[in-house]
Amino acid sequence: MIIKGRVVSKGVAEGEALVSRHAISFLGDVDPKTGNIINRGSDVFGQCIADKIFIFPNGRGSTVGSYVIYQLKKNGTAPKAILNIESEPIVAVGAIISGIPLMDKLEKNPLEIIKTGQKVKVNAEHGFIEL
Amino acid sequence: MYLTKEEERIYDGEEGVAKQKAMELLVALGKIYGADKLIPVGSAQIAGVSYKTIGDAGIDFIRFFSDNGAKVSVNSYLNPAGMDLSNWADAGVKNSFAKKQNEIIEIFRKMGINITCTCTPYLIGIRPKLGEHIAWSESSAVSFVNSILGARTNREGGPSSLAAAIIGKTANYGYHLDENRVANFLVRVRAKLKTISDYGALGVYVGRLVQNSVPAFELVQQATEDQLKALGAAMAASGAVALFFVKGQTPEWFLDSPEIIEVKEEDIEKLKKELTDEKDVDHVVIGCPHCSLDEIKNIAEKVHGKKLKKELWIYTSRQVKEEADKQGYIEIIKDAGGKVISDTCPVVSPIEDMGFKSTATNSGKAALYLKKLCKQKIHFGDVEEITE
Repeated sequence: MIIKGRVVSKGVAEGEALVSRHAISFLGDVDPKTGNIINRGSDVFGQCIADKIFIFPNGRGSTVGSYVIYQLKKNGTAPKAILNIESEPIVAVGAIISGIPLMDKLEKNPLEIIKTGQKVKVNAEHGFIEL
Repeated sequence: MYLTKEEERIYDGEEGVAKQKAMELLVALGKIYGADKLIPVGSAQIAGVSYKTIGDAGIDFIRFFSDNGAKVSVNSYLNPAGMDLSNWADAGVKNSFAKKQNEIIEIFRKMGINITCTCTPYLIGIRPKLGEHIAWSESSAVSFVNSILGARTNREGGPSSLAAAIIGKTANYGYHLDENRVANFLVRVRAKLKTISDYGALGVYVGRLVQNSVPAFELVQQATEDQLKALGAAMAASGAVALFFVKGQTPEWFLDSPEIIEVKEEDIEKLKKELTDEKDVDHVVIGCPHCSLDEIKNIAEKVHGKKLKKELWIYTSRQVKEEADKQGYIEIIKDAGGKVISDTCPVVSPIEDMGFKSTATNSGKAALYLKKLCKQKIHFGDVEEITE
């Protein structure tokens, strides 16, 4: 299945999905050394975002979150790509500087049609994902 | 979003990776906020300077741009750092912190940014003109230049203001457009406001009510520029106000069927009490936003010939400090036992690590942030009261 969406940060990636229904604050919710979700309130607490296609509704919290995404990339613990329902500036800025493909506003809600563990191809050059 | 041929070339990486990333940031933000194009900016003011706020992640981030040869293409100014850049040891800043802070300053310097390290560039002659598009990020400065000077900026973040500085443009949305420079709240102030702290309290009160909307004020009397600075800073901290109007004082005054708020004397008094946790404090801070020369003069007059019982730290820009020194105010304050600090501010310096647990201030903004970011108990009052 191919689903079109809006490209926020360019690039192509393929991997396993990790789906969270909660907004993410990269500052505080994620350990930049390991890529593990360390916020106990999160529905993906204890899981690792490294090398995943990380899917969540939107970013929240401190703008320092942009810098944390860049740290994840440098540490080799960043997700391969990010899909949002609607991106906001914190995640958008972090993804662009880190060269992480980021798409949002997909024709179908990714939280409803993609399950954790499922294989996802993200083509954020031509603006579609493939399941 | 429309890009010119030149902008597309940069977007495609033909002028290097640093400019490409900066352009991608501007375009992505433009897309998110529905901008139609990029517009040139007259200047940029860049926040995210203190090591305390940006940490090692932030250093890596800004180094990416400088390592790839980025230079700013418009006049660009820095927000306060985490310490006085020349007298940090006197203020109890640790060596390890100072090393990181200096590293950050050098990265910004290499990109051609002016090391102004102030949240009040408009007090050192950097005053954008009515209608001029700019990309500023310090929330209190955004409020001041939008409202009092009528320049046009959104509340930029550190990275987006840096991207705007490098490209010399920003995305055309939000407060760059006439349609968004309209008040949706009319605030009728029925109280006589006298001091900076009165205006700070009013700002905290209104910011909480209107959040990120545009309020228009009817005041009982004319406010000074310093008082409006305090009002705007507090509203930007308690809410996210980036633009406000004052009847008869601001260059713009546009309203569209506004919701009406009345503020009475007792509302202000109640809020002042609420901001105060205790009155027996370790130290007193004044200068959030940075003090003007007039404010320093006023403090000098209040403390002249006194011996203060508590530590008094006054924050200002390097230029205003030099001017105050020429006028003899710094010596008066020093003789009374106070310190005048530049390049930094109480909110972004690590004062919780300097042994302070409680702080008195006349700033509504500082009262909110020192509690949240520096774990301080607060005494909120005017200069006269807190320097007793």
